[in-house]
Amino acid sequence: MSILALFLLFILATVVGYKVISDVPSLLHTPLMSGTNALSGVTVLGAVVATAMAKETASQLLGAIAIILAMVNVVGGFMVTHRMLKMFKKKS
Amino acid sequence: MLDSNLLGLLLVAGIVGGIKLMSSPKTAVEGNLLGAVCMAGAIILTLVSNQIVSIPILWVGMMIGSVFGYMLAVKVAMIQMPQMVALLNGLGGGSSAIVSWLVLLTGVGTIGVFERFTAAVGLAVGAVTLSGSLIATAKLSGKMKSKPTVLKNHSVYNFFTLLLTVLLVILITAGVEQTVALSVLAMLLTLFFGVLFTIRVGGADMPVTISLLNSLSGLAGAISGFAINNPLLVAVGSVVGASGLILTQIMCKAMNRSLMNVLTGKTALQAQKAGGSTAKKEVSGLKKSTTGGVAGKDSTTKNLATILAEAKKVIVVPGYGMALGQAQAKVKQVVDRLEEQGKEVKFAIHPVAGRMPGHMNVLLAEVNVEYEKLYELQAINPEFKETDLVIVIGANDVVNPAANTAEGTPIYGMPILQVDEAKHVIIMNMDTKPGYAGVDNPLYKSPKATLLLGDANESLTRILQLL
Repeated sequence: MSILALFLLFILATVVGYKVISDVPSLLHTPLMSGTNALSGVTVLGAVVATAMAKETASQLLGAIAIILAMVNVVGGFMVTHRMLKMFKKKS
Repeated sequence: MLDSNLLGLLLVAGIVGGIKLMSSPKTAVEGNLLGAVCMAGAIILTLVSNQIVSIPILWVGMMIGSVFGYMLAVKVAMIQMPQMVALLNGLGGGSSAIVSWLVLLTGVGTIGVFERFTAAVGLAVGAVTLSGSLIATAKLSGKMKSKPTVLKNHSVYNFFTLLLTVLLVILITAGVEQTVALSVLAMLLTLFFGVLFTIRVGGADMPVTISLLNSLSGLAGAISGFAINNPLLVAVGSVVGASGLILTQIMCKAMNRSLMNVLTGKTALQAQKAGGSTAKKEVSGLKKSTTGGVAGKDSTTKNLATILAEAKKVIVVPGYGMALGQAQAKVKQVVDRLEEQGKEVKFAIHPVAGRMPGHMNVLLAEVNVEYEKLYELQAINPEFKETDLVIVIGANDVVNPAANTAEGTPIYGMPILQVDEAKHVIIMNMDTKPGYAGVDNPLYKSPKATLLLGDANESLTRILQLL
């Protein structure tokens, strides 16, 4: 993608994200935060590409570490959010 | 064949839709699952479109990470949620830093100015997020003192660390020969900066810090997305960045503080000088006579029982003390008993009660308090006037009427829960020392207040016995 397109995407996603998240009531702020926290592990996408590109063993290992960290973030984040949200739901 | 950009767009839409669903407790579980499924889709799409599906190390890494993530998520107790969120933030930031770093290491001589610039910035933001989050985690879990640590010339260190970082980013962007060495230096420097900025933040300001780190971890991802030219990463990273930013704003507003104020640990410093010493002197007499028991200006245990018996409308105000004493289950018992006696009970939740946004809500949900009973500041404040009894559990600054009157104190102008308007207030606290902001709470000396000092669990047990 061209640099300009990426920038437009960046701005658009920021605005959309801002709008959507403003609607979340403070009651759900902790689950919201751990949910978006899980999303920040999206950097695993970059990690797999960077690792695949790496030719030296050292870089590959570094890449593997990045993948591991990001996946702990993703899996841990979503699961812990699920645990929390279930507590909110069972009463409704 | 479907266009991979179009598919990516659909996945981003799914993730945003998932967040949208999280705005109601009824659909929030589905929203989170939708987000998780779209994330899995995004990983697969990235593997396929880059034709790297068959590289074993990627799968090994993902497996190991998933197992660790799973174990963490299963083991963590609700009470540890703030440090868990902080830790995960840090890992995401660390991963982004490494991705950016790899772009610099493997792309020497082949990547353009734009990639070099974004990779350098991504490295910096990611590293700050990593070390900052680790310090926050240590503070929240009690492995480090939660008081702000201010070094001599702290701001000078900050300034020069930042200045050096900017210089390094410029040099890396310019593409000098020593890029590899410079990037290592940038990594170390920004890791150090993350430590510098979080050690200065005090415990009660953690909600702001966690939100900010959350925002930074998203931003770091988005920036490394630029560096590695991955639109999906840019889009999702910026959504997270925006989310954290909003929460940061909400938290700052709820404390009537500027972000700058929080980051420089200002309030806590003023507190030590202003309210701290005098407040301690004034209440020291009271403290001695009441240690461990029921205290109060002119309330005895007997008329506490009367107050409890006569109250029809009760509002419970939980604070960090409830989390600290893990008293939420006892709170639920007391509330159940009150309701059995035909009383109306509501919860008033201040936005910054606890150590992270929504901290109290999660703890109360854990013990099955219906969320319909939880009210936000603006919704509940008009009701205190008609309330017979308020029970404050381990909250101080958020109910301190001095915020309305004491000009020049750190909490002046901070929106508080107007518990002083109720007919009677029971305050459960460890001691009568001023709260985090260091401002003496006039409520403690009010004739309509009953102080129950000591551990919240024990105080609640006393209440239970009286009911």
